[in-house]
Amino acid sequence: MYTDKVLKYFHKPRNLGKIKNADGIGKVGNLACGDMMYLYIKVENIKGKEVITNVKFQTFGCVAAIATSSAITEMVKGKTIEEALKVTNDEIIESLDGLPPIKIHCSVLATEALAEAIYDYLKKSNKPTPKDLEKKHESIVRHNEELEERYEEWMENQKE
Amino acid sequence: MKTKKTSKRIYLDYAATTPVDKAVITCMLPYFNKNYGNSSSIHSMGVEANKALEKSRNIMSKYLKCSPNEIYFTSSATESNNWALKGIAFANKAKGKRIIVSSIEHDCVLNSAKWLESQGFEIKYISVNKDGVVNINELKKLMNKDTILVSVMHSNNEIGTIEPIEEIGRLCKERGILLHTDASQSFGKMNLDVEKLNVDLLTASSHKIYGPKGAALLYVRNGVNIEPLIHGGGHERGKRSSTVNVPAIVGFAKALDICIKEMKTEDKRLIKLRNKVIKTILKKIPQSYLNGHPVKRLSNNINLRFDFIEGEALMMELDDKGIEVSTASACSSPKLESSHVLLACGIEKKEAQGTIRISLGRFTKDKDIEYLLEILPKAVKKLRVISPMNLKNC
Repeated sequence: MYTDKVLKYFHKPRNLGKIKNADGIGKVGNLACGDMMYLYIKVENIKGKEVITNVKFQTFGCVAAIATSSAITEMVKGKTIEEALKVTNDEIIESLDGLPPIKIHCSVLATEALAEAIYDYLKKSNKPTPKDLEKKHESIVRHNEELEERYEEWMENQKE
Repeated sequence: MKTKKTSKRIYLDYAATTPVDKAVITCMLPYFNKNYGNSSSIHSMGVEANKALEKSRNIMSKYLKCSPNEIYFTSSATESNNWALKGIAFANKAKGKRIIVSSIEHDCVLNSAKWLESQGFEIKYISVNKDGVVNINELKKLMNKDTILVSVMHSNNEIGTIEPIEEIGRLCKERGILLHTDASQSFGKMNLDVEKLNVDLLTASSHKIYGPKGAALLYVRNGVNIEPLIHGGGHERGKRSSTVNVPAIVGFAKALDICIKEMKTEDKRLIKLRNKVIKTILKKIPQSYLNGHPVKRLSNNINLRFDFIEGEALMMELDDKGIEVSTASACSSPKLESSHVLLACGIEKKEAQGTIRISLGRFTKDKDIEYLLEILPKAVKKLRVISPMNLKNC
């Protein structure tokens, strides 16, 4: 069901771990759903451009969740934050030679982790956030709240 | 999927299916192209096939301590379970509409029940305790005059818990309610006596006991009214039409025969291996837990849960090292839902994620278990390093 590339990233994940004193951290996902990604970025000003010079991840989740989060770190390392924000989940899937349809949400989660890390960086450094990113952040937060609510509702139902 | 580089493959998923025993294959072969007659034909070839069929039926009935004419061969445990529920429901609908099932049944029982609900039957579910044992007091309360059938599995396929069928059978008998048990995982592993168990219907399957896929049975006590699920030429005494799959049934019977002969020693051997794995893993791996009952469990079932990691990832990590197990984690299910069995045991969704099932069998060697015990802690550790949940880095 998984491509060799997915399995390669899963077995030997690149950029695994934490960055101490990261400039931005993105935390997305939810334990009840089975996926949780933390993405850490280091941003440096190089010739007037904000470049992601280091990026690492930690993931709780399935093979696809681990592989997509590792893949996105590779794709954005060395990119400016504007370029990095343009990376789509389709590009992640392509870089992995495909994902089972039921696992596509993992690649979406990876883009969200990155967006959240960049959002966190911009907020922390008092920089203006692009409108699109602001919107994306809001929808990620809302989505997570919905999941939490649904989960709690479900837990309540179980108790009855 | 291409084959893995690791040449050594250790199959520890016997609860999913088993390899067909060589002796079983030998036994089946003549019925493909030598004695290939239709068991319904009355010429010599047909008579030969019929003899083999009836001989197989006898082996089944001796083991279950019932009469041969109470054994009906089917194509799968799924079919048997569908038939038991739907066949009893429709044959007895004048008596009542309530059917009680346990909340940890296999999907083929649960989904049959759900369908019956859409046909006007009333379905009630019995809860289980944290070890997966059905709540008898709750069952007593649910059994009313309108109840026609109770269906509780003999042992659970995921967590291996063995249910108190004998006691449930007594309660049903006292009240004149029929009892069906899905014994797919227990059949051939322990003595099953339908009289002692007080069951009216029992499901068993060939491919779980080193027989071929495509053969199963439903025991139906004489005198029990059941509608056929499959209508046709009147095979299996008019209860289950379809040209009889003689080679598979011959294999099924041979498979049971071998299981009966090896039962005592095999049971002891597997329990020893099972307990060794459970004891070692719980000791070696911090924040690991056993799902299911610690003692009242199948000799070959190990179901473990690990904090901070996800089951599918662990399964694939083990697969890379040549070990084949299964997982019921949400991520690996077609609907991305957590195992209904684990949730019924009161395990929370977020805790249920890191679960794998290791099931042992006839060809599991001591050295396979040694290898598993060497690899599993490493695999858990590796994934815990990847996980952000692992704050203590244990």
